[in-house]
Amino acid sequence: MIKLELKELTKIFERRVIFRNISLIKDAPGLFGVAGPNGSGKSTLVKVITGLLSPTSGSVAFSAGGREFSPGEAINHFGFASPYLVLYDEFSARENIEFSMKIRGLQFDEAYVDELLQHFSLLKRKNDPVRAYSSGMKQRLKVISAFAHKPELVILDEPTANLDSEGKARVYELAKIAAAEKLVIFATNEEDELAMCNEVLNINDYKLNNNTGKGAKV
Amino acid sequence: MIKRALWLFNKDLVSELRTRYAINALAMFIIVTISVILFAIGQEKISHALAAGLLWVVIFFSAMSGLSRAFVSEEERGTNLLLQLVASPTVVLTGKLFYNLILVFTMNMVILVLYSALFDAFALKNVFLFLASFVLGNTGLAFASTIIASIIAKANSKGTLYPVLSFPILLPLLLMLVEITKKCSDGVAFGEIAPEFFALVSYNVIMATASYMLFDFIWKE
Ligand SMILES: Nc1ncnc2c1ncn2[C@@H]1O[C@H](COP(=O)(O)OP(=O)(O)OP(=O)(O)O)[C@@H](O)[C@H]1O
Ligand SMILES: [Mg+2]
Repeated sequence: MIKLELKELTKIFERRVIFRNISLIKDAPGLFGVAGPNGSGKSTLVKVITGLLSPTSGSVAFSAGGREFSPGEAINHFGFASPYLVLYDEFSARENIEFSMKIRGLQFDEAYVDELLQHFSLLKRKNDPVRAYSSGMKQRLKVISAFAHKPELVILDEPTANLDSEGKARVYELAKIAAAEKLVIFATNEEDELAMCNEVLNINDYKLNNNTGKGAKV
Repeated sequence: MIKRALWLFNKDLVSELRTRYAINALAMFIIVTISVILFAIGQEKISHALAAGLLWVVIFFSAMSGLSRAFVSEEERGTNLLLQLVASPTVVLTGKLFYNLILVFTMNMVILVLYSALFDAFALKNVFLFLASFVLGNTGLAFASTIIASIIAKANSKGTLYPVLSFPILLPLLLMLVEITKKCSDGVAFGEIAPEFFALVSYNVIMATASYMLFDFIWKE
């Protein structure tokens, strides 16, 4: 079971405080929400958690069974989908996923990926180049790649951006199943997505100069 | 680690074969520069020394036009974030290095063959010594241009910055190579080019070490 620990995590861009002193421990399983209005710092927080941005101060740690993962190890234990991640246009869905598995040093479990593609009605298109995908199809593929290596922690930034109601339902279905044994994080401002979460962190509770984390709905 | 890097190399190679971005630019560049030099020389007799120098001019400018793609294309398309997510900096650098090595070798073999066929003045007496230095020159070029590409990919004025930043870094390499090529076309013993040859080896070692030390800082913002 994976455990995510944030210690006094602070991110400041130039002089704008995005969040300050976020400290929390999250154990799998569960569905955890990060909320806040546009521009509040949801994407920034998940980028810091995944190591794509470094925090101004504080730290992020992943552990399982009391043993902490090194940053290099951690990358294979979480999956991440975000509007900021761009797929390779000239490669097909299959090739994109195979590449991200192989470069992680993992086996490419094609049968499982096919199941996921089937779940999102993309199986028939899996050999088409991503260039030929619609924005909703790309979002489906991003969610698939977040799950493809069976990570214990799945972080979805705007999980249902560009998706139709069927696509949304598919994401929720997958997230709920995963949240029963793993840790899933939604960064979103959709009311119904936040309602699905066991707990919600509101970024706006972490803006004050000397906040101690109190007053937060965690 | 090597296996993962090879997957990145494989991705870049397949991508290049599908989009032909660098290959086309490189091929055009090689043809144009060599033709321009041919026209400029005309019926004139040129010396061995000049022929040796011009070879590296062609190589330098072709390298400028193709080798920056490694990182710039990831950055331009926004796919660098995905790479940061799934791979460690060492894997990324090694994969890109493999790719640039292959590109440099292919490009320079083509240039060398064309050049030897078209320029009578370019005659080597010490073919073996030249080839040994040529290989070291290629690896040095690949090391240097890979790390330069990773730096300029982060900058805003990518196009102009590349030649500017490359020039001081590649200059010592090119000077050594021109000198060795000259001496090889005159036909000298190894003893006479030994200083340049060992300088070439050290250039490679320094570039490789500096690349791996710097890359962590360049790659992660
Ligand atoms: N590289 C950057 N440099 C400076 N400021 C930045 C940078 N990236 C983000 N910001 C700022 O950080 C703040 C938070 O941005 P972020 O993208 O995290 O918001 P968000 O909560 O995800 O918004 P949205 O709901 O629109 O996705 C914004 O004010 C943004 O302008
Ligand atoms: Mg966002």
